Amino acid sequence: MPEITLIEGLRQAMDEEMARDDRVFITGEDVGPRGGVFRATVGLFDKYGADRVIDSPLAELSIVAIGIGAAMAGMHPICEIQFADYIFPAFNQIVNEAALIHYRTGGDWHCPMVIRAPYGGGIGGGLYHSQSVEAFFAHAPGLKVVIPSTAYDAKGLLKAAIRDPNPVMFFEPKKGYRLIRGEVPDGEDVLVPIGPANVTRQGTDVTVYAYGMMHHYALQAAQTVAAQDGIECEVVDIRTLVPLDKETVIASFKKTGKALIVYEDNRFLGYGAEIAAILSDEAFEYMDGPIRRLAGLDVPGVPFAHTMQDLFMPSPEKIASAIRDLAAY
Amino acid sequence: MATPKKDTLLDWYRQMVLIRRFEERCAELYQQGLIGGFLHLYIGQEATGVGAVAALRENDHVITAYRDHGIALARGLDPKAVMAEMLGKRTGVSGGKGGSMHLADRERHFWGGYGIVGGHLPLAAGIALAAQYEEKDEVVLALMGDGATNIGYFHESLNLSAVWKLPVVWLIENNQYGMGTSVERASGAKELVRRALAYSSEDGSGMKMGPRIDGMDVLAVHDAVSEAIEHARKHGPILIESLTYRLEGHSMGDPQRYRTKEEVESFVESGPIGRFRQVLIDKYKGVESTLDKIDEEALQAVEDAVEFAQNSEDPTYEDLISHVYVD
Ligand SMILES: Cc1ncc(C[n+]2csc(CCOP(=O)(O)OP(=O)(O)O)c2C)c(N)n1
Ligand SMILES: [Mg+2]
Repeated sequence: MPEITLIEGLRQAMDEEMARDDRVFITGEDVGPRGGVFRATVGLFDKYGADRVIDSPLAELSIVAIGIGAAMAGMHPICEIQFADYIFPAFNQIVNEAALIHYRTGGDWHCPMVIRAPYGGGIGGGLYHSQSVEAFFAHAPGLKVVIPSTAYDAKGLLKAAIRDPNPVMFFEPKKGYRLIRGEVPDGEDVLVPIGPANVTRQGTDVTVYAYGMMHHYALQAAQTVAAQDGIECEVVDIRTLVPLDKETVIASFKKTGKALIVYEDNRFLGYGAEIAAILSDEAFEYMDGPIRRLAGLDVPGVPFAHTMQDLFMPSPEKIASAIRDLAAY
Repeated sequence: MATPKKDTLLDWYRQMVLIRRFEERCAELYQQGLIGGFLHLYIGQEATGVGAVAALRENDHVITAYRDHGIALARGLDPKAVMAEMLGKRTGVSGGKGGSMHLADRERHFWGGYGIVGGHLPLAAGIALAAQYEEKDEVVLALMGDGATNIGYFHESLNLSAVWKLPVVWLIENNQYGMGTSVERASGAKELVRRALAYSSEDGSGMKMGPRIDGMDVLAVHDAVSEAIEHARKHGPILIESLTYRLEGHSMGDPQRYRTKEEVESFVESGPIGRFRQVLIDKYKGVESTLDKIDEEALQAVEDAVEFAQNSEDPTYEDLISHVYVD
C-alpha cells in the first residue's frame, strides 16, 4: 500500500470526487494554477480546467456565499479558505445561510457543500495564521464539523464530506499536512463515514480524547507513558466533531473512568468543554478522577515569538505529563 | 509642487536603501531559520512607501497591510526594534507578539500592519472619523495592496468615507499581483483607481478619483500623495493608485509560477533605488561619494539592528499572558 501525506490524501479525495461527479467544483484564492498556498489542489487545474478549479478574488465572504448559492442550485462546491483565520468575513454566510437554509425552508432547499480550511498552530505563523476556529462552527446546528488526523481519514472523510448533502466544515491540521503520513490503498474507493469516532489505541487507565494535530500528539504521548510509566491510555480520535459520536466517547470513559481532553483552541468554552459536560452528565457513576482538559491558553491569539507559541501550545510532553497526573489521581 | 531640498532628497534615498538592505538581511535570517513564520518583503516597492510617508505631517496617521517593514522604517521606527520584532524578541516593537506582519508604533502614529487583508481599511475610516470629530487637522494615509481592493471591507470603507467626507487618502500599492493572482484575473476594473467612481457623483462630490502614479519614482509618488493629502484635508477622501512591482516572491518560498523571470528582470532595471540614485547624480554634481557613504551607513545600521536583536531576550510566560485586558 502506498504511504502518502495527509495533504496528498486530501488532494486525491478532491481529484476522485471531481472525476466521479461533474457537479463538484473548487473555488478559493490561488487554488488554480498555483495549486493552493499549501498545494492541496495541485494538478487539479490542469486536469479539470478553469471552469472547475476557479481562482477567486481575495474575498472570503463571496467564496463561501457563491458556494452556498451554487450548492442550493444543485452543485457540490468545495470552497477553500486559505487559512482558517480568514474565515470570519464569511461567518455570517456560514452560520446564517448555510446552516439555516434546510431548516428554514422546511427541506425545500439544502446546501451540499464543503468548506475547507487549514487550522492550528505550531508553525510560527503568529496571530493570524495559527487559529483554531472549530468551536465557533460546532456551536451552530445545521453544520457538520470534521477534522481528520491521519492521511487515510483525510482522504476518506473528505470524500464523504463532498458527498454529504449538508454543509460540512472541514478543518485540516496544517502542521500535519506533510508531517503526518500513512498507508492509503490505491485505486479503491476510500470512504470514511462522517459520524463515528475512532479508538486508535486500546487502554485501561486513562482515555485521551483529541482530534487533528492533537490526536497525533496524543498517540505519541500515550506511547511515552506506556514505555516510561506503564500507563495504558486509550486514545479516541473524535474526527467528526459534529455530529459527535457520543456512544464511542462514553464507552471508552466507562472503561477507564478518567478523561483527558486535548485541543489547541483556547481552553475556555472550547470544544473539549462539551465532551467534559457530556461525560459528567451521562457517565457520572463511572468517574474515577476529575475530567481534565489540556488546551491552548486563554489569550487572544497565538503570538509570533517561538517561545510564546510553544508556551501556548499543547505538546506531546505536556500531554504525557497531564496523563501522569491524571493516572496518579 | 516645489522640489524638495537636497537634504530631504538624500534622506529619502537613505530610507530607500535602508529598507532594501533591511529586507535583504531579513531574507538571509529567514533562510538561516532565525526569522520564522511568514516573511513578506518590500523589495521593489520602496519608492512608494518612502514617497508616500514623506508626504505626511508628524501628526497625520498611517496604516497598512502585512507587507509593512518598509512603511515602518519610512515612518522612522528604530530598525533595531523592528529587527527585534522580526526575531520575536522582547525588545521588538510589539514585544515579539506581532512579528513581521504586525509592526506598530503609537508614538509615530503608525497604526500598524494588519494580517487579515483589508481588515485595516474600515479602521482607517474610524481613525479619520475620530480626527474629524475632534476637529483635528489630521489626515489618515491608508495603504493596501491591489488584492485588498477585492474584499468587501474596501468597498464599505470607501463608501463610508465618501458619505462622511472623512480625511483619508486611500493608496493602492498595485504591485500587479495578490499572491499568485494578477489584477486582471481578480478585478473588474483593470485600473483600480476607477473604483472611486462607484462612490462619487456627477457633481464631483463623494470620493475623488485620484491619479495612477509611477510607483517606481519616489518624486512622482511624493508629489501625488502630497496633493492627495491636501485634498483629503480640505475636501475628504481620495483614491490613488501607485503602479509598482514586488521584485521578490509574495513571501519567502514562493515558487512564483505565475510570472516569468523575464517579467521580473524587466522591473529590476527600472528599480526605484537605481533610478533615484541616477536622478540625484544628474542633479547634484559629485554627489556619488555622499551616496556611497549613505549606502555604507545603511548596511551598518542593519548590522547593528541584527546584533541588537540577536542579543535581546526572548519573551517569557509573563509576556504571553500580559495585555489580554486593560487593567
Ligand atoms: C482576509 C484574508 N484573505 C486572504 C489572506 C491571504 N493573503 C495574504 S496576502 C494575500 C494577497 C494580497 O495581495 P495584495 O493585497 O495585492 O498585497 P501584496 O501581497 O501584493 O502586497 C492573500 C491572499 C489574508 N491574509 N487575509
Ligand atoms: Mg499586490
